Amino acid sequence: MPAASLPRWIDTGVIPVLNIALALIVSGLIIAAIGEDPFAAMAVMVKGALGYQEGIGYTLYYATNFTFAGLAVAIAFHAGLFNIGGEGQAYIGGLGVGLVMLALDSALPMVLLLPLGLLASAIFGAAWAAVPAYLQACRGSHIVITTIMFNFIAAALMVYLMVNVLIQPGQMSPQSREFDVSGHLPFVHEALAWIGVSFARSPLNVSIVWAAVCCLGLGAYIWRTRWGYELRTVGHNERAAVYAGVNPRRVIVITMCISGGLAGFVGMNEVMGVHHRLLLDFTAGYGFTGIAVSLMGRNHPIGVVLASLLFGVLYQGGAELAFEVPGITRELVVTIQGLVILFSGALAYMTAPWVARIYYAVKPRPEPAVSAA
Amino acid sequence: MTTDADSATKKRAAGQSAPPPAIEFHGISKSFGPVRANHDVSMTIAAGCIHGIVGENGAGKSTLMSILYGFYEADRGEIKVAGQAVNITSPDRAIAAGIGMVHQHFMLVDTFTVLENIILGAERGLLLADSIAAAGEELKRLEAEYDLYVDPEAVIQDLPVGALQRVEILKALYRGAKILILDEPTGVLTPQETDQLFRILQALKAQGGTVILITHKLREIMAITDTVSVMRHGRVVADKITAETSEAELAELMVGRKIRSGLKRTDVAVGKVALRVRHLTVRDAYRVPRVDDVSFEIRTHEIVGIAGVSGNGQSELLEVLAGILPVAGGGFEIAGRRIMPDDPCDPAQLRTLGLAHVPEDRQRLGMVAEFSAKESAILGYQNEPLYQDGIMFNQAAIAEKCAALMARFDVRPPLPAVLSANFSGGNQQKLILARELDRAPDVLLVGQPTRGVDIGAVEFIHRQLIDMRDQGCAILLVSVELEEIMALSDRILVMFEGRIVAELPAVDADERTLGLMMANAAAATA
Amino acid sequence: MKPASVFLASAILLVASAAVSAADLRPAVVFDMGGKFDKSFNQGVNDGVLKFNKETGVKHREFVITNPTQREQAIRKMAQRGSDIILGVGFAQSSAIEKVAKEFPNTKFAIIDGYVVAPNVQSLLFKEHEGSFLVGMLAAMASKSGKIGFIGGMDIPLIRRFACGYEKGAKYVSSKIDVIQNMTGTTPSAWSDPSRGAELTRGQFGQGVDVVFAAAGGTGVGVYQAAKDAGKLAIGTDSNQNYLQPGTMLTSMLKRVDVAAYTTFMEARSGTWKAGIKVFGLKEGGIDWALDENNKALISGDMKAQVDAAKADIIAGRIMVHDYMSDKSCK
Repeated sequence: MPAASLPRWIDTGVIPVLNIALALIVSGLIIAAIGEDPFAAMAVMVKGALGYQEGIGYTLYYATNFTFAGLAVAIAFHAGLFNIGGEGQAYIGGLGVGLVMLALDSALPMVLLLPLGLLASAIFGAAWAAVPAYLQACRGSHIVITTIMFNFIAAALMVYLMVNVLIQPGQMSPQSREFDVSGHLPFVHEALAWIGVSFARSPLNVSIVWAAVCCLGLGAYIWRTRWGYELRTVGHNERAAVYAGVNPRRVIVITMCISGGLAGFVGMNEVMGVHHRLLLDFTAGYGFTGIAVSLMGRNHPIGVVLASLLFGVLYQGGAELAFEVPGITRELVVTIQGLVILFSGALAYMTAPWVARIYYAVKPRPEPAVSAA
Repeated sequence: MTTDADSATKKRAAGQSAPPPAIEFHGISKSFGPVRANHDVSMTIAAGCIHGIVGENGAGKSTLMSILYGFYEADRGEIKVAGQAVNITSPDRAIAAGIGMVHQHFMLVDTFTVLENIILGAERGLLLADSIAAAGEELKRLEAEYDLYVDPEAVIQDLPVGALQRVEILKALYRGAKILILDEPTGVLTPQETDQLFRILQALKAQGGTVILITHKLREIMAITDTVSVMRHGRVVADKITAETSEAELAELMVGRKIRSGLKRTDVAVGKVALRVRHLTVRDAYRVPRVDDVSFEIRTHEIVGIAGVSGNGQSELLEVLAGILPVAGGGFEIAGRRIMPDDPCDPAQLRTLGLAHVPEDRQRLGMVAEFSAKESAILGYQNEPLYQDGIMFNQAAIAEKCAALMARFDVRPPLPAVLSANFSGGNQQKLILARELDRAPDVLLVGQPTRGVDIGAVEFIHRQLIDMRDQGCAILLVSVELEEIMALSDRILVMFEGRIVAELPAVDADERTLGLMMANAAAATA
Repeated sequence: MKPASVFLASAILLVASAAVSAADLRPAVVFDMGGKFDKSFNQGVNDGVLKFNKETGVKHREFVITNPTQREQAIRKMAQRGSDIILGVGFAQSSAIEKVAKEFPNTKFAIIDGYVVAPNVQSLLFKEHEGSFLVGMLAAMASKSGKIGFIGGMDIPLIRRFACGYEKGAKYVSSKIDVIQNMTGTTPSAWSDPSRGAELTRGQFGQGVDVVFAAAGGTGVGVYQAAKDAGKLAIGTDSNQNYLQPGTMLTSMLKRVDVAAYTTFMEARSGTWKAGIKVFGLKEGGIDWALDENNKALISGDMKAQVDAAKADIIAGRIMVHDYMSDKSCK
């Protein structure tokens, strides 16, 4: 592929920016076509996402979800697995946190509930991923199919539990009671207030710190440990892994458990960090968006963070846009988000040949060190 | 669509005056990023002849042919077909210009019949039945003309490799190819199948066709071509008339220096048994035995070669001994450990027992193409304490080890951070060999050690294997290159349909008898 | 938490651009994830709001949420922007309204289908079971096979209330009638999945059902289409959906969310708005069944007489329709 020969800074810097620019140009044309001012719309979107504290808070809150979901997809991808089940794993991860909080929130203090919640979301998410992983590893059921099915099973299970078991009595809305304050993850604006910094209220909570830790940890795990090495070997070339004495089944199950655990943290962010109760549909498609985030971020933790921020901006800015400009509906906002995914994901290399042509026109090709690879 | 009468007329007309060259390349250049695959290549291929293109791996032969067949677009230069400048931007255009290509890796749909594969993409008319009927007729004609028989109703996956190649040739001819490109066509064939292929090529030539044969086997060039071009480092370094050159001269042109030929080997007395195989059986997913009740042993200071047409169980034999495939029956013993169906042993454990394995399929088994060289250099040994630093990898130790291996085996470029895929076949193989020999194994399994490897590296790799044997290693060598088997082995086993059908000392072996044994034709009478 | 100063500035800007006199009402609507064009529940609310706009010339703000976190965000933002009355559509917004209502004691809030106790919140509740009872009677009377169907959106208390009323109504006509129930799904898409609705409907027809009642939002469109294709009868929900498939729409169970939305805005404008619970049943005209040009051929005089009688009995309290929510069961 000619793009592979471009310098890294162009491949990972210029081309993504160009793709997003293209997506925005097409979005602008659509906005202009429905009779709105595209520049004003873009300004509203950027200002809404980054222009004031509350907006930034929401943007980062979304980015936290996308980072967890994106990392979950990324690690599975490195092992050659396409985990489409982030949505269900996040749902069940949230269920895990919720159950722990409902059981213990009045008995334990925050300092104990926080690690318990973390653990519960990871274990529940991992367990939900472990079943498809086992089926893939030992029974040959394709993980794409099983994880999709497990999304539906998770949704069905949650509806059942929320409606029949966990619902707060006397409520029409299928949601649990609110947790005690000890079961709330501190909001960032609260945490900042402790140290005397005032920040606007938003759903952004300390989960974002954990997301950063997960990024670093995952990067180290994938590229700096023998387990990550084995994982990548399986992902690139399962036969070579077997040759190297790696048991691909074991790697598949372990990797999916890590992946599911990461997705489970989306549930933690939502249930323990934002809503402080169990409810239906709190995953709101974050698990699926994680796939786009991971692809756009080239399955690298840093890329995932950047893509998550971009999606955070799109989500929050998009909401703001729909709010401020009556002519722009929720559907149009989804269209804009879709265009960004299309240009940066599906058509990621569309611009590469043009960029290469321009680059090499400006800078002549170096004499090859070796005549051929 | 021209009728038979039309083309016959044309053929006669062409025969009357001197025909223009079938293909002319003028100043073709093609770069992939910083890598120049073709540099100002000019070449003329006369109509109605068999033209060979030789060169080491990465010399640019395949790139040039890919440009001709429309897979790549040249950065610069011009191609003329039959005197006409053409702009071939896709394989469709190439086919329209009368160019057909038989790839190294067959491009056939396994579950379709021969006939279906031949018409695939060239269906005529609305109904498939019409196409099939018409194609059936056409096929009969082609068979008669070129002595090219394949059962049109056979399903691809049931056919041997030689037949698949004939299907590929038929495919090209069916599409009206007058110029046929064959890319390394004999790599997978037995000597007998190779002979058959060459008869077909001669028939093509006799019918006025032009054949371009890409190979790195000089013997074949000498045997069949009329003219030959030598490529090195992306350039054409010589155009020769085959009758006026020699294997030695071509080899020198390819490598750019003199080649020493003949391996010096000392006679060493064999020692104790290092690997004992008893009634070993391996079955595939359908319970069909791929290795069938095989027994042999290898002693220290001994190289045992396995000869056989590929697909007769050699690959499975290597893989079962390496712990990759499960033992279905019988077993084997290494370093006092017996591996049997109910007492399996994985590759990691076998390594600790002193076994090393240079796999046949180096790209897909021996390394990970997407890994850097240093990562591929620890494949299989990733859990060694040397490479660990707490729970993390010791990156420095890994890079250091890789650099040391590269230095010892002269891997070029000696850069541990370069992607494994970016090394040439020979250098990849040297790196794998370096990794596997580094721990001075007691038993070494080697598959196709020089497949796709440059001539210069072949010599080096052979030397290493002989040295290992001299030091006491027991080596099991699997290769489709009979020359290699005969040059390296102390003893030769012939495999046919999963069984060992013959055993003979290397000194008694010659290519002809081995070839017959491999086809199992003479096994009964031998 | 004080709104940021940026907010105030933009709020002022918006008020100016909205071209509404400062004295007039500034209403706002927050639709839930289902969107507002489902030809059913949400669209009903939208119709009521538009009617209010048309009659009074007062413009409103609106927002359609895409995830649960936006409920609170949107409602709070509406309040921050100085909306006088904020209408939350759907029970799912209860907790968000409850929270924000505390922060903005001077803003009026209303919620449809939700129950929030606060001095500045009006809860607009509907007795869906009463209307379902009537259409259940019609279904039982129109059915020749003795089997009728129910397609719900999701298995949640609200839908169980619909289903329960429907079944009770049918059994009131004939104790032998069979009611077959199916739910569309377990995710939000269950409310907007016409193809799945059609599939379930065909499945029920296969089991001998010949009248089907859909309480599944936008999914219903597929149910009605399937009924038309099979030449069987369907019953619409929330809005009058008889016009969607004239001739095979037996009737629609009307849940006059449009009236509720319209009224609450009108009251807020005229100053008669009061916090507390407002119940819409048959008696209040908030629940009814639809009889118009499109289905009058399907409703015989006898059917109409029986349903009207039952309606009068319910209003008079002579028939007590069992409410699923009262004991979480349909015994």
